[in-house]
Amino acid sequence: MKKFFERLYLGILLVFMYAPIVTLIVLSFNSSKSRARWGGFTFKWYLQLFSDEAVASAMINTLSIAVLATIISTIIGTFTCIAMIGLSPKLRSLIMGVTNIPMINADIVTGISLMLLFRFLHISTGFNTILLAHITFNIPFVMLSVIPRIKNMNFYVYEAALDLGATPVYAFVKTLLPDLVPGIVSGALMAFTMSLDDFIITYFTKGSGFETLSTLIYNEVKRGIQPEIYALSAIIFVVVLVLLMVVYRSPSSKSKEK
Amino acid sequence: MKLFKDKKTSGLMSSPYIAWAVIFILVPLGMVLYYGLTDNAGSFTFQNVARIAEPGYMKALLRSIELSLISTLICFILAYPLGLILSSMKLQRDTFLVTLFILPMWMNFLLRTLTWMTLLEGKGVINTVLTFLHLPTINIINTPGAIILGMVYNFLPFMILPIYNALSRIDENVINAARDLGAGQLQTFLRIILPLSLPGIISGITMVFIPALTTFAISTMLGGSKILLIGNIIEQQFTQVYDWHLGSGLSIVLMIFILINMIIENLADKEGGTF
Repeated sequence: MKKFFERLYLGILLVFMYAPIVTLIVLSFNSSKSRARWGGFTFKWYLQLFSDEAVASAMINTLSIAVLATIISTIIGTFTCIAMIGLSPKLRSLIMGVTNIPMINADIVTGISLMLLFRFLHISTGFNTILLAHITFNIPFVMLSVIPRIKNMNFYVYEAALDLGATPVYAFVKTLLPDLVPGIVSGALMAFTMSLDDFIITYFTKGSGFETLSTLIYNEVKRGIQPEIYALSAIIFVVVLVLLMVVYRSPSSKSKEK
Repeated sequence: MKLFKDKKTSGLMSSPYIAWAVIFILVPLGMVLYYGLTDNAGSFTFQNVARIAEPGYMKALLRSIELSLISTLICFILAYPLGLILSSMKLQRDTFLVTLFILPMWMNFLLRTLTWMTLLEGKGVINTVLTFLHLPTINIINTPGAIILGMVYNFLPFMILPIYNALSRIDENVINAARDLGAGQLQTFLRIILPLSLPGIISGITMVFIPALTTFAISTMLGGSKILLIGNIIEQQFTQVYDWHLGSGLSIVLMIFILINMIIENLADKEGGTF
């Protein structure tokens, strides 16, 4: 009996979370523009979406910013975590305290603070400013996922490698780096998804005329939803679903559970 | 732990990031404080922060607090039982089930909100179905109710994840020990499970409350243009009115809330840390 109620509860919550998404996917195949009437099955919104240049360029912007921000923040984040091993605990916790700020702060405050900085420095807003902003809020995700790995590292193996004549860099790559990889990978994944999903910080740092998917959707919504957007949602949902399945099936997924 | 022989190398290697953090985290925040605490002429004033007391702004702030508290409470009520159920299923497939519950988190935030616009509209999907079933239609689009729904839908995964993590990390032996020593189900829950999951609850509350308190997109999309939250007011100052001083001043008010939240979380962390 208890089991039945548990299943029922899980079921109701799953319906609450997925029914809206399923509805969007169904509407993306509805040939009638009205959301209240089923006008027959169609692929035309998908075709229209693919021929829409604004969507294509927003998609390219979103992906290139996410990829670049992930790579750069992963490199900076990992490098800094390794460097911090040798620092005094006091300095380390000071650095982490500052690093945590973008995670704790509200996105709107982070967004306007960066916007003020870019305006003050007369940096013209667009691709570059969004990229800088994304790197900034991505680094904490990388560092917070690499640091637990560093705490568990076995430094004796590294010292043994040095004693046996390995150069410090070689010894590091061969003994310590493999331990860090799961942390780096999950940090990078986290950074990538945060970057893809971000709206608020992008909105304040983008300037006019430059759109990512999020800001494009926001503008469209204000003007009235086009069925094209449903097609876009359906595609994004399926891509996310497939990606997550792949990630969770891979052996490194264990690191996500901490 | 000595990876490098001297602290100098470490300091040198950390310096690029330290510089980055100063330029892109500390200086921008300093600028918010500067703009918030000065007037157009650049002289010091509390005026911008104090304007939160003006009826229109105060109303938006109070409404934001009210709606985000309600949303946070609903998220907690929904997520805690779910966390208990998920953590009690010690099966291999539970990671998949958990993934299923947090998956919407990875879908674009605006698309998730847009979904509810479509569903709740006057002639939207839900009302069409209701009319078809000869039931009375609901008109909650452009009301605070719709905003709460949007907040709950958007931020629920942020509550589920930390609560689930905290609950699934509780050592089963502790629970069994309590039962062996004669504690009933309720007592075990109140005195063992609930206190041990407190850090998860607090971090879930923070992760829902702050974004809900400061959102402007959800209220724009589901609240029409009539219901302004504090996020909308601040956003307007920067994108329409171009009063950076007032916008920054009101942001300082938000930062005070974030600070309070941080302190609460830190206190809870220390208590949880004894485990």
